[in-house]
Amino acid sequence: MSITKSSESVEESFNARYSLWIKEALDELPHSFTITDPFISGHPIVFASPGFLKMTGYSREEVIGRNGRAFQGPKTNRRSIMEIREAIREERPIQVNLLNYRKSGSPFWMLFHMIPVFEKMDGKVIQFVAVQVPISGQEHHHRKMRNGSGLSGDGSDRSELVYGSCRREVCLGAFVRKDRALPVECDEQGLENWEHCEASESEKLKAVEAVNNVLSILARYSELSGGLVCGKRYCLRGADCLSSSLVISLGRIKQSFVLTNPCLPDMPIVYASDAFLTLTGYKRQEVLGQNCRFLTGVDTDSSVLYEMKECILKGQSCTVQILNYSNRKDKSTFWNLLHISPVRNASGKTAYFVGVQVEASCRNAESEEVRPETRQLSVVGAVRVAVRSSFMVFSILGNMSGRCHI
Amino acid sequence: MLSIKRVPTVVSNYQKDEAADESVGCGRNCLGACCINGARLPLYACKKLEKSGAGEKLVISHEAREPPVAFLESLVLGEWEDRFQRGLFRYDVTACETKVIPGKYGFVAQLNEGRHLKKRPTEFRVDKVLQSFDGNKFNFTKVGQEELLFQFEAGEDGEVQFFPCMPLDAENSPSVVAINVSPIEYGHVLLIPRVLDCLPQRIDHKSLLLAVHMAAEAANPYFRLGYNSLGAFATINHLHFQAYYLAMPFPLEKALSKKMITTVSGVKISELLNYPVRSLLFEGGNSMQDLSDTVSDACVCLQNNNIPFNILISDCGRQIFLMPQCYAEKQALGEVSPEVLETQVNPAVWEISGHMVLKRKEDYEGASEENAWRLLAEASLSEERFKEVNDLIFEAIGCSNQEEELEGTIVHQQSPSGSVNQKSNRTHGGPITNGTASECLVLQ
Repeated sequence: MSITKSSESVEESFNARYSLWIKEALDELPHSFTITDPFISGHPIVFASPGFLKMTGYSREEVIGRNGRAFQGPKTNRRSIMEIREAIREERPIQVNLLNYRKSGSPFWMLFHMIPVFEKMDGKVIQFVAVQVPISGQEHHHRKMRNGSGLSGDGSDRSELVYGSCRREVCLGAFVRKDRALPVECDEQGLENWEHCEASESEKLKAVEAVNNVLSILARYSELSGGLVCGKRYCLRGADCLSSSLVISLGRIKQSFVLTNPCLPDMPIVYASDAFLTLTGYKRQEVLGQNCRFLTGVDTDSSVLYEMKECILKGQSCTVQILNYSNRKDKSTFWNLLHISPVRNASGKTAYFVGVQVEASCRNAESEEVRPETRQLSVVGAVRVAVRSSFMVFSILGNMSGRCHI
Repeated sequence: MLSIKRVPTVVSNYQKDEAADESVGCGRNCLGACCINGARLPLYACKKLEKSGAGEKLVISHEAREPPVAFLESLVLGEWEDRFQRGLFRYDVTACETKVIPGKYGFVAQLNEGRHLKKRPTEFRVDKVLQSFDGNKFNFTKVGQEELLFQFEAGEDGEVQFFPCMPLDAENSPSVVAINVSPIEYGHVLLIPRVLDCLPQRIDHKSLLLAVHMAAEAANPYFRLGYNSLGAFATINHLHFQAYYLAMPFPLEKALSKKMITTVSGVKISELLNYPVRSLLFEGGNSMQDLSDTVSDACVCLQNNNIPFNILISDCGRQIFLMPQCYAEKQALGEVSPEVLETQVNPAVWEISGHMVLKRKEDYEGASEENAWRLLAEASLSEERFKEVNDLIFEAIGCSNQEEELEGTIVHQQSPSGSVNQKSNRTHGGPITNGTASECLVLQ
């Protein structure tokens, strides 16, 4: 789990999207579900339903601010995890059988159904809703029969055992096999099949219904607060709007940096990291859309500004030391060791400039650390990878916009 | 003897055309005895592998202590970007256009016109997987120290240890991570186990485990390690793994698999379904060492039977793919279709995984799933040969093929080109000779 945000700031971000009493309305729903916010570093859970808490055994405080990965464990199928990761990256719905773990450590099967929630106006993903429907294991039998008859021939004998084990394990928790002395191979078999438990059609319908119920509440309460959300992408994301997958990747980078878009007038900031906000004392909404010059003041050396401008025009990177003015409580100034580099997208064109700030006084030469210059450059590297790959997704979205609808 | 002509990939700026190589004197800060004294490099000792294959802890109850240095995020990317800004690479790989090829598999295509320029084709012997080290050829003791990023070792401790400036200890032959000056993606590096021991390109248990350690340490499923044996498009006969960062799943990783056997140490071996190159997937096991050792056993078996292969270490070391192949052999025998050959794409580990690095603009623009499939299918063993090879492997790791069990929902379908299944009566990749290990590698 990367960064865990304090619950207050997580709550705040959720409340800001919707009108009053949204949580009470969601609490009324019987379903087990969570809502996550990709725009907060670490893509944490911002809402967990009472049903979810009951199912997992965690308290709300323990869950809010965590990433959904926290509920996976050693026997969770790696492939399913990859599929979920991909769905998030491609901003599309997914329904997959998943083994999760309760607080007690006992695993359970559920049908995981996740959908992106879009802002209707600009087509931007603002949240993901994930519904969890427990799987009873009733269908397993039939599925095994189907596969068995077609491919291995003796599937029907084994399926009885498999069906039993699927349910039994769910009841018993861990891999304790109390029952009769099964031969080792059968045991192995049971465990293997345990990796695949199939949801029934009615469970699938249940998941869809739950998702729709959550969505309709989100839509209703977002309408009242002015920014309507929906489960469909009505328009393509605007050019100044970063994809949620890019924001999730950028959110993992802990140092202070901003992305600016040179294709927009006056090269505004389109992304600012949490550490940047801490360093400069500004709020996110105060810096997004602004040119970086708000950080300069009367004593800032204009020749340095000129040098930076030249580098940007030539599309080169540069490192400068520049006096910046903060908006921290004491309105202090600080020496910013600033590195700027152009960042290319998947077509090889410069899409952004990244600016990485290191407060000069904070540069400690601690012997256990990577050199500060290397740390600064590592941010540039991580941003390059994030931008390059997010544009590769974008090309997929272009080709399959139809798949983005639920 | 079989050989092919190909343009070797330039992985180091000190890798001159072989013929001219000898004239280069030293004074270039290499890793040879002449320069190594006093050389320093960061050292990263990773934490001891726990039972990470299956014994992964639940994260919520357990906030791991922050390591002093984030391996991938700070060290690899930071040092790599530093070399990038110092202009050590032959081209800017982020300026190379890349796209996902439309279709079900999501092959990734990159147009890379710079990678193979300014090199003349060299003849490579392709029918011997094991060849002895030749100090006269280019090897990693000849790279400049500026191309090295750090020393890497498997730790004895439960904690990561990092020393920003550690002398290179020639006595102990450190394992090093170096840049590949012809990167195919951002962060493309080489892991060279015990560089000064001058090991030939040959899998041994300790070295593969080191590579698995590195994948685990990166803790990011998009940072993978790969290996090409001789005869499967390794160009340098000095033991090395490659690694880079591409934030997408590879088609190989997405392919459905069918379980074949589970070893006594709990390693599950599956065969990939509906993938153009017949491959094995190793995962699970009581410990990561069990997993790594099982794959090593399999590789040693392939090496001893003179079967070229590629390895992909994926999902932070939890999954290891093994792909025996026969493209170079077919190429040498003139059996690869001319259209495929014309693209000059060599199906090494990254291509087989689904990341196609294309040299010609027309191939990039016309890239289709069908073309990618057709190319990769040429590298695959035939069905019969793959079975034979599996039997050899299972015997070597002490398992016979007990049973077959299908997993996942399998949709039977035709391959886009249909070419895999039609060539089932050839026996490519067979052991040709188990010649003496003293013959030389690259023919001038």
